Amino acid sequence: MAVLNEEQEMLRDMARDWATNESPVAAFRKVRASGAPEAFDRDAYTAMGQMGWTGIIVPEAHGGSDFGWLSAGLVVEELGKTLTASPLVATTLAATAIVLGGSEEQKAKWLPKLASGEAIGTLAIDEGPHHNPAKVAASVSGGKLSGTKAFVHEAHGADLFVVAATDGLYLVEKGDGVSLSTRKLTDQRSHAEVTFDGAAADKLAGGGDSLVEDVLDRARILTACEMLGMAQAVFDTTLEYLKQRVQFNQVLATFQALQHRMADLFGDLAMMRSAVEGGLQALDSGFGVPRAATIAKAEANRVLHAISREGVQLHGGIGMTDEYDIGFYLKRARVVEASWGSSAYLRDRFARIGGY
Amino acid sequence: MATQPDLQPPNENDAFREEVREFLAANFPSELRGKGSALAGVDGPTEESEAQRKWREAMGSRGWGTPTWPKEYGGGGLSRRQAAILNEEMAKAGAYNPIGGMGVMMFGPTLLEYGSEAQKKEHIPPICRGEIRWCQGYSEPNAGSDLANLQTTAEDKGDHYLVNGQKTWTSGGQWADKCFCLVRTDKSDKHKGISFLLIDMDSPGVEVRPIQMISGMSPFCETFFTDVKVPKENLVGEEGQGWTIGKRLLQHERTNLSGGGSLARMMGASLADIAKKYVETDETGAIADKVLRDRIADFEIRWNAFLLTARRATEESKAQGGVSEISSVLKKLGTKLGQERAELTIEIMGLQGLGWEGEGFTEAELAGVRAWLFGKATTIYGGSTEIQNNIIAKRVLGMLDHQ
Repeated sequence: MAVLNEEQEMLRDMARDWATNESPVAAFRKVRASGAPEAFDRDAYTAMGQMGWTGIIVPEAHGGSDFGWLSAGLVVEELGKTLTASPLVATTLAATAIVLGGSEEQKAKWLPKLASGEAIGTLAIDEGPHHNPAKVAASVSGGKLSGTKAFVHEAHGADLFVVAATDGLYLVEKGDGVSLSTRKLTDQRSHAEVTFDGAAADKLAGGGDSLVEDVLDRARILTACEMLGMAQAVFDTTLEYLKQRVQFNQVLATFQALQHRMADLFGDLAMMRSAVEGGLQALDSGFGVPRAATIAKAEANRVLHAISREGVQLHGGIGMTDEYDIGFYLKRARVVEASWGSSAYLRDRFARIGGY
Repeated sequence: MATQPDLQPPNENDAFREEVREFLAANFPSELRGKGSALAGVDGPTEESEAQRKWREAMGSRGWGTPTWPKEYGGGGLSRRQAAILNEEMAKAGAYNPIGGMGVMMFGPTLLEYGSEAQKKEHIPPICRGEIRWCQGYSEPNAGSDLANLQTTAEDKGDHYLVNGQKTWTSGGQWADKCFCLVRTDKSDKHKGISFLLIDMDSPGVEVRPIQMISGMSPFCETFFTDVKVPKENLVGEEGQGWTIGKRLLQHERTNLSGGGSLARMMGASLADIAKKYVETDETGAIADKVLRDRIADFEIRWNAFLLTARRATEESKAQGGVSEISSVLKKLGTKLGQERAELTIEIMGLQGLGWEGEGFTEAELAGVRAWLFGKATTIYGGSTEIQNNIIAKRVLGMLDHQ
């Protein structure tokens, strides 16, 4: 765990308490049971807005707290532990796109609403099942954007889409020219194919040539924070289970074959935490972000993948049941692993950044 | 890992930085520039050039080879911040720390914690001056991973102990002046029968035989004790306290063995740079073999995550004070990754990376082969990976002993 200052410790404890008491996995079960395509609890999201979590990376002048990425990451990690379904990550990423590339007018129009939780935003970048920002066909002509975006996260609740077109990022509001077709994935969260048919689009003209990748690096790091929370929760739950379950008249935790597998996962989890926190620190210092983001998401992919598999295996048959939470983590894990860069994509990117 | 506020006023540290620069300009022999890491911290042969001796004495007289140790015992008495400044300035000047070895890395910190005042006064200052070499008398032929099974006995003879038995894997035993040793003072209790004893290697009855290893080198020895008389005042702590003290020392050992920083320096060139020299690249300068390129990137990402973990552990232990159980995790991860890197390096070089000796190979290639072989020991010594897994499972994760 990173060495935190007092304010950050308070924020983390608050997020931990709230997630544990107000948003345990049972809360996600309710969201799932409701069958609503937007797949989150509006009241819970309003509460997050009131606690200031939706505006952590937004400048104070625009209604946020400008509390930094490490702080944002702490909250997202805690919510990841209980699989809290919310558009917090999506909205934070839409807001960072505007912070980095928006005009004063665009900032004034959107940031206060995103920061308060009143409006929900999301990124619409990829056009196929694999993350590949180099392969974008959506285009803008006369201020109207046309194209189709695949598997847009939190699309159903979104008031604002930050859309990648051939010449950069655009803001598109929900409404005329924007239509959604639901894509139910294993995680039972909100995803949709979003078709833009001559939708009014407002370009994010600032931020320079690297704007798209700068935003995506933030997506990689913040998603890795959610994954860290998930991995930690699976590890803790599994360890707890091994200490309780008795077979052959012995608690499973006494078997060395299982002890060593947990020790291996513990080492992996330590590396994942360091990589993810390294990403957040790079964002806060502004130094070496592309490389740190690649390391953070690649380690998050590798370790969450391993832990979510082992979590089910070490639970045995009970881990295969819907009644146990462990399977929920597995089904969410693969979705976030594939988002904003698979392991293979990230290794290729790491080599490119390193000049080989 | 947020930045900690610097507790000292900046001007005070500026003055210290100036002092370090002046000291380096006056004392560091220019001929030793950039030659540091090969010489420092190794329990190797004793020959020393005139320049090396002068540099060791200069650093030793200030206690700056052991910068954060207490001044009253010959250490530098510096704050961590000042020690970091010293490191930074030495790096800039191409200088190195000439004071090292097991005395600095393991024995000194342990004696400072558990030794009597007289023992500290006797043993710590020569370590700080780099005058005395220590070796570790822990493992025995039948006490490897099951270290507490050790059988070397120390019999109470009134004014002295009489030591009999055999130790093995004594690193640098053939060059050492003294040995910190785990011995059995009570046969009735496995753990509480162990004591921590300091033995002069030139005492009558001590015999050292180097062991030739698969790397062709002999860095380890067998050490035989036959009726060796050891004064009573060489017992550290109480009789029967050896297992506690000995384990504490192992925590220091692990922290040093994992040693992200020094390992990274030792490893030198990046794998990608090595690959560019030994395999084809395409027109963009990228490694043409996409599978190999992918595996290098995979390794480098994990290696970076390990370095970040080593850094995080340092920052956390600073915040909490002292070495921690995390040392087992670092030892386990660092040694495994180091071996993986050596294997990948050899694969990149092909047969050119497997030269044993003679013509057709560069010095770096030959050294790499020996390092690859020697590196196999890293997951075995200092508590094997399997032992680290036991420690992590039981002490960190609270998983229970088999009942």
